[in-house]
Amino acid sequence: MHTKTLQALASALADKSVSSVELTEHFLKRCREHNDNLNSFITLTEETALAQAKAADDARAKGNAGPLTGIPFAQKDLFCTKGIKTTCASKMLDNFIAPYDATLVTKCQDAGLVSLGKTNMDEFAMGSSNENSHYGAVKNPWDTARVPGGSSGGSAAAVAARLVPAASGTDTGGSIRQPASFSGITGIKPTYGRVSRYGMIAFASSLDQGGVFTQTAEDAALLMNVIAGFDPKDSTSADVAVPDYAATLNDSLHGLKIGLPKEYFAEGLDSSIATIIENAAKTLEQQGASVTEISLPNTPSAIPVYYVIAPAECSSNLSRFDGVRYGYRCEAPNDLEDLYKRSRGEGFGAEVKRRIMIGTYALSAGYYDAYYLKAQQVRRMISNDFQQAFNDVDVILGPTCPTTAFKLGEKTTDPVSMYLNDIYTISTNLAGLPGMSIPAGFVDGMPVGMQLIGNHFSEAKLLNIGHQFQQVTDWHQQMPEGF
Amino acid sequence: MSTIDANAVNNIAHLARLAVDNKHIPDLARDLTNILDLVEQMNQIDTQGIEPQAHPLDAKQRLRNDEVTEINQRELFMSIAPETEAGLYLVPKVIDAE
Repeated sequence: MHTKTLQALASALADKSVSSVELTEHFLKRCREHNDNLNSFITLTEETALAQAKAADDARAKGNAGPLTGIPFAQKDLFCTKGIKTTCASKMLDNFIAPYDATLVTKCQDAGLVSLGKTNMDEFAMGSSNENSHYGAVKNPWDTARVPGGSSGGSAAAVAARLVPAASGTDTGGSIRQPASFSGITGIKPTYGRVSRYGMIAFASSLDQGGVFTQTAEDAALLMNVIAGFDPKDSTSADVAVPDYAATLNDSLHGLKIGLPKEYFAEGLDSSIATIIENAAKTLEQQGASVTEISLPNTPSAIPVYYVIAPAECSSNLSRFDGVRYGYRCEAPNDLEDLYKRSRGEGFGAEVKRRIMIGTYALSAGYYDAYYLKAQQVRRMISNDFQQAFNDVDVILGPTCPTTAFKLGEKTTDPVSMYLNDIYTISTNLAGLPGMSIPAGFVDGMPVGMQLIGNHFSEAKLLNIGHQFQQVTDWHQQMPEGF
Repeated sequence: MSTIDANAVNNIAHLARLAVDNKHIPDLARDLTNILDLVEQMNQIDTQGIEPQAHPLDAKQRLRNDEVTEINQRELFMSIAPETEAGLYLVPKVIDAE
């Protein structure tokens, strides 16, 4: 049952060969069995899940079911869930019961999805390995000595191990696509503004975007139909019509123009991964696409620019955690300043503090032009590179990551070496573009993802290409042993 | 190259209202210096005349009608606060009594 895609489970629910309560109990049992090993959940919400499943079955009995009513799902613990602990994997929010639901959570509930719980992540989404969690690292189900990727590592590991058919994630510099690649599943980061950020605990507001992890592109399309759309509660939400993402999945790839950026195949890329991506390009060519080399010349500047803009925005956003209105407060503060400093110093983990300090420095008097303004200028040059490329090609194809999943502890002592892992994913956040990682092969038993990048609001095209690729490949059907 | 020394770490930590343990200062100074070294690679790029990009789609701030859309949920919101009294958030005394 648990190996079925969301689409297959939806069919099983529709023809009443299984009930939502049965499905929910089955997946909850798997979550309980494997969570000690993987640590992919921070909170399992068994009671509310079974109540939602019962309600889903009742709705179906009355003929009120939608296409996904009764399907189990999991939410990254960065989305606010009313009445349910929402920690962002931080000691700062260990006691935080969200007073309202994120729009994405409301939309999932309205579609009848059953939430099994809240998944582990890097604290405040800052990290690429899920090792920066107050609740401990998540393990990669393909090799539990390795990381699942981050920051949405808990969601990725849970979907990869088939503990849940699909889960939400957020992506600020690669936090959906990189863990999807490391964990051998499909992950999509939509266009900036496509999915509401209301109730997503903010990290870097001009980069953050919610999305999903699934087994297949088709499943991702079904979920995009649920979560995408304008939200007046998010001032940066895009007021752009939402297509039916499932309607174009079967479109032919004939005439599709794909660009391979030469900078994504330069030094630093594992040569076995390069071969896998080139083979994937050949597969798409056989399906009717044409492939050409393109250039994104400012790619090497993406990481430097990101580590100004993301920390600057984070230092501003995280100033709200002050030990006064909610969250952690230090013991016996001497005065107000001591309350602020020790609540924040004790409540935040090491990586979060590093980024707050970098951002604070970059925005401090006398440094603004040299860092923040300069970074915003280079950001535009990076965006312009993509727009130039989209004059010639429809989509961009490349590796999602330069390597497969690295070992737990391998990069924790050197923050910069961790940052460099996001070289192929960060640019799309800076440019606000949609990106998707889908399984494309294995190196030494570890999954490899390929990344498709499209122009703004071209998610349907990415899902179409992913779905067509998955009709002639079976990488997405592989699952780790022992689960 | 910007080098962040112990004094700079303390200054930044104060601006960010972060208490930093003295024993962590040397590691922080090294890490922040390394991160700034990475960041400063962007200085090789000529950005003369380039318009800064604040929003990835260059969107303008949307305006809404001046209508009340939120209901008062003071009790709910204050129920998760560390310390409250009579509808107020409590913090250590800011003004000394004579």
